[in-house]
Amino acid sequence: MKKVVKDALEAIRGIGDNMTLMLGGFGLSGIPENCINALVESNVTGLTCISNNAGVDDFGLGLLLKKRQIKKMIASYVGENAEFERQLLSGELEVELIPQGTLAERCRAGGAGIPAFYVPAGYGTEVADGKEVREFNGKKYLLEHALTADFAIVKAWKGDTHGNLIYRHTANNFNQPMATAGKITIAEVEELVPAGTLDPNQIHTPGVFVQRIFQAQNLEKRIEFITTREA
Amino acid sequence: MALDKNGIARRIAQELQDGFYVNLGIGIPTLVANYIPDGMQVVLQSENGLLGIGPYPLKGEEDADLINAGKQTITYTQGAAFFDSATSFAMIRGGHIDLTVLGAFEVAENGDIASWKIPQKLVKGMGGAMDLVASAKNIIVAMTHTDRAGNSKLLPSCTLPLTGVGCVKKIVTDLAVVEITDKGFKLIERAPGVDVEEIVAKTAGQLIVEGEIPEMKL
Repeated sequence: MKKVVKDALEAIRGIGDNMTLMLGGFGLSGIPENCINALVESNVTGLTCISNNAGVDDFGLGLLLKKRQIKKMIASYVGENAEFERQLLSGELEVELIPQGTLAERCRAGGAGIPAFYVPAGYGTEVADGKEVREFNGKKYLLEHALTADFAIVKAWKGDTHGNLIYRHTANNFNQPMATAGKITIAEVEELVPAGTLDPNQIHTPGVFVQRIFQAQNLEKRIEFITTREA
Repeated sequence: MALDKNGIARRIAQELQDGFYVNLGIGIPTLVANYIPDGMQVVLQSENGLLGIGPYPLKGEEDADLINAGKQTITYTQGAAFFDSATSFAMIRGGHIDLTVLGAFEVAENGDIASWKIPQKLVKGMGGAMDLVASAKNIIVAMTHTDRAGNSKLLPSCTLPLTGVGCVKKIVTDLAVVEITDKGFKLIERAPGVDVEEIVAKTAGQLIVEGEIPEMKL
């Protein structure tokens, strides 16, 4: 079993133009910083990116947007990015906005071999356009399809050489469902340890879902909105 | 006198019950956390993966791995739990969250809500709002009664793109507490010093007023 790769550059090998990527994280919390920076350097283009958010202008997916490497964004909330808004309004960027829970479940379903499922979110709204509606127990639901990706790229707190992952606090978010839904899943971790070191009871993502793993370097872990209270 | 944001939050806090699991939206709803009655245990859910939101951290103790759905740094309470986004929305979709409080641009007589999009002006995405309103057992909207131009936000039907249909149960505004009934809006309470005529005048939808309307007790 050889899952460990040297760095982000080696991890993203095989990611080519026009591929579909899933990228974990919520806002800037738990995003795979090293891989995003490596993708920026690689000049790969025409990407479809599935991610809850689109980063900010100078960090996270915002860096890929700025270099026009993303063709289509599939997300639930893209608020904090002026370049994103500009490309959206000018028609340069294709955008599909999806209710957050539906987005998470579509990734989970994709990894779990469930092709489609019904949810109530979005019924009666523009999200329902073109979707099958079905009633169960007197309530209306929309048929939503699973999502998968050529590559899923996630960030974890700890990982081992078998690809088992543990996330920390709210940096788990979309990383766990997305880790299951990539044809190839890449994990960048803050602490890479030998197999057998992590407590098997505490694993969030079992290693079977992960094909490549590496020790992240120089993580900035930027905070979007620092809010504090008085002592 | 019309309530300020904190007044609205204080009134909504009276809807809490011991043992409730509650999701508070961004803006006025977040302030409800400041008015949870002493001795009452309420667990706040953050849809990015936390049950048990604590206060903002002290300066220097911010943690990039610990944020709320508004991406602000937070802390967590004793007995908290972290989880992934799919599990978080299983809680929401599965009806395990007792109360959802969120803001809105418009609410209609039939409980429809518009809160996420102003075409050509504000298109940032719905985040978790559609999931929350489609599944919560009880939804309270916290908002001002009118917009900045003075137009009513309680309407016969919404004019903006909808977030959800027929889902809002109660609205707490700076002027009144209004319930959604089969026959339209029903006035339950008025803000201290605000008279019924003003509320009626500022409500565009059908407003049922029956008998004496008590003042809110804050």
